[in-house]
Amino acid sequence: MMSVSVMSEVSAVSVQSEAFDVGAEIAHITAGRKTVGAVASFVGLVRDGDGPEDVKLTAMTLEHYPGMTEAALEDIVAQAKARWQLQGVRVIHRTGRLAPGDAIVLVIAASAHRGDAFAACEFIMDFLKTRAPFWKKEETRDGSRWVEAKDADDAAAGRWQV
Amino acid sequence: MVKTLYFAGLREALGSAGEEITLGPGVADIAGLRAQLAARGEPWAALARTRNLRAAVNQRMVDDTATVKDGDEVAFFPPVTGG
Repeated sequence: MMSVSVMSEVSAVSVQSEAFDVGAEIAHITAGRKTVGAVASFVGLVRDGDGPEDVKLTAMTLEHYPGMTEAALEDIVAQAKARWQLQGVRVIHRTGRLAPGDAIVLVIAASAHRGDAFAACEFIMDFLKTRAPFWKKEETRDGSRWVEAKDADDAAAGRWQV
Repeated sequence: MVKTLYFAGLREALGSAGEEITLGPGVADIAGLRAQLAARGEPWAALARTRNLRAAVNQRMVDDTATVKDGDEVAFFPPVTGG
């Protein structure tokens, strides 16, 4: 008879102004865990406009709803864990004033196999973009404006519904 | 009394991040509270005419039919744009 070991799992969400270290976060999620065979990570950056109609961005400020934001991220992580075999999940989202090129968001999903890790990472980002209460305000030379929500983001989250 | 919170562009339009308010007579859901606040006139009328406005009760996203009662924390905000 095979013995079934209970796999320990780590997960954490953070909302912070400080920068994050992707390598250190991956090292932490895999430390001492020989059953992890796949780690998928996603890093979102503040992107400057590159099209002819884009106005150059000088900064972006992220506002959030303290308390609800963390709860919403925890809920999204719990949904991912219910759908896929995950051994660890890490979500970090920054707030405050950021410059083009700065990292905004990190999602890491660790699993035995890559399929679950890739899928969970994408699912968490799609849900984060439509369910977690963050709002971006762009600053340009011409002034500042709140970023409009995109229909494409709703569509991306919607494709995960069964 | 309910505690209201306003975020992002809505916060700026209203010139308020939130307040403590007494629910009006018969006001028992999000739609009712939106109407109560909108009845103050500008800039509060934005709460009635902004179709894609989102709401949360006690930090959970809800729709317009969600119940609101004394002691609740009710937030109104534009569609989210994080990530």
